[in-house]
Amino acid sequence: MTSVFRKFYFFLIALFLALPLIVVAGVSVNQKQTLAFPPEGFSTSWYGEIFLNTEWRNALFASVTLAVLSAALAVAIALPLAWFLWRRVAPWANIFQLLGVAPFTLPPVITALGLLTFWATAGFYGQPWTAVVSHGIFFVTLPLVTLSLGFTSIDRSLVEAAATMGADERTIFRTVVLPLILPYIVSGYAFAFVLSLNEYIVAYMTVGFTMETLPIKIFNALRYGYTPTMASVTVLFVSTAALIFGLVARFGDLPKLLGAMASDQK
Amino acid sequence: MRREPPQTLGDYSPLLFPAAMLTIFFVVPFGTMIAVSFFQRQQGGFYTTAFVFDNYQRFLSAFFGGVLGFSLMMAIAVAICCVVLALPFTYLLTRMARRVQIVWLVALLSILSLSEVIIGFAWSTLFSRTAGITNILVALGLMGEAKALTPSFAAVLTGMVYQAFPYTVLVLFPALVRLDPTLTEAARTLGASPLRAFFTVVVPALRNTIVATLIMVFIFALGSYLLPQLLGRPQHWTLSVLITDQAIYQSNMPFAAAMAVFLVLVTLGLVALTVIAGRKGEAA
Repeated sequence: MTSVFRKFYFFLIALFLALPLIVVAGVSVNQKQTLAFPPEGFSTSWYGEIFLNTEWRNALFASVTLAVLSAALAVAIALPLAWFLWRRVAPWANIFQLLGVAPFTLPPVITALGLLTFWATAGFYGQPWTAVVSHGIFFVTLPLVTLSLGFTSIDRSLVEAAATMGADERTIFRTVVLPLILPYIVSGYAFAFVLSLNEYIVAYMTVGFTMETLPIKIFNALRYGYTPTMASVTVLFVSTAALIFGLVARFGDLPKLLGAMASDQK
Repeated sequence: MRREPPQTLGDYSPLLFPAAMLTIFFVVPFGTMIAVSFFQRQQGGFYTTAFVFDNYQRFLSAFFGGVLGFSLMMAIAVAICCVVLALPFTYLLTRMARRVQIVWLVALLSILSLSEVIIGFAWSTLFSRTAGITNILVALGLMGEAKALTPSFAAVLTGMVYQAFPYTVLVLFPALVRLDPTLTEAARTLGASPLRAFFTVVVPALRNTIVATLIMVFIFALGSYLLPQLLGRPQHWTLSVLITDQAIYQSNMPFAAAMAVFLVLVTLGLVALTVIAGRKGEAA
């Protein structure tokens, strides 16, 4: 009885979560340029459109470039910070950790507006690189969290052993710390990458008028009506996210990254 | 290797880049925004340095008060819906096999990372007359003819709950995974039904977690910007929409900044509440 109830409950949740995606996937293979569901005919031309249509292709390129660079910047900020906090006793340095988590805790419109006023005042408003810096700061939280978690899982006696054997700080970092922390770097990068790919408001408020990322392109296109290309972009995005998180789960400990205790839990 | 205090100036060097980046590109912009909120707007788009409270005064008008009230009410409704739906779900999920958990976690993360634009687009399709769920109801004979369900309050609420649900599960997940399973086992041994054990043992044990989650989802929902525009009418617009509207389309940066500062104060107050709730949880 309870098992039936549980299955039904999980089914309803799964349906709720999947329903929009099912409809969007259906729309994306429509033959005609209408949003019909169930789809009329079958065609994958709307997927081709993303790469063949210059506007969509440029938007895709802009989004991917932004995500690749800003996630790298986020990791570059988070790694030395997390390492320092793990290696040194400096309570005041925790304030930087707090600053790193803040952009993600506040409503995004606030970070977006702060950056907009800043770039406008500094005279850089609309430059493509400002979007990279903005996203790098906005998403620094994700690698910071995964890396802090990663560092706490390092057995300090390993590092101690290396030091006893005469390794200097640099060598210890390269040969002991870095290999242990690498999975956390990769997952932190992956989280920041996927979220940057989908982010709208920060990108819109910093470079919205000069650079069209995919979410901005979709929103702008929405004003002129719906096209199946948006649906195919959506499917492409969900699949990319699922693939990346699937890989993180495959090669890392996803429940642990999300806050569960050690992996011997289950 | 034990943690040591930094001894030489060189020991501080790893902190240099992160500290500089966060200060220049987060603290300074934040300060700029606060400063601009006191500036005087100039006709024609820009602003002049000043120290006036006009922007805050204007914000306290009936119209913006109404928008603020609506935003808060909306966020509360979303937070309650999400926690009610997600709490039993997450609890049951943490009791499942690891493999199943991972599949669900990947799915939830994928949906969480979806752009608001995409969620809005998907739900407006689902609520549309031509491609929407009403067509399914018609096919099943439950409805006479298909109709559009947007724009409406219910549509905005559904979209926002959809957006916040994965977030809610992921916030609840750590606390529920760490919940001592012997607690419910004891209740079960003493003859309580699973449902009764859930409500009399799990829910009270998690009271502080639930409060903290409600607040976090509330803040998350407060940030929703596109869904009210895509699924609702102008009266369903939230503070985030108005801030962007003032900043980009009305070119009234000081006013937008004043609203944003106000939103920060509300949010920070709530974060403080979360921390207090968390402290109490540890003490218990």
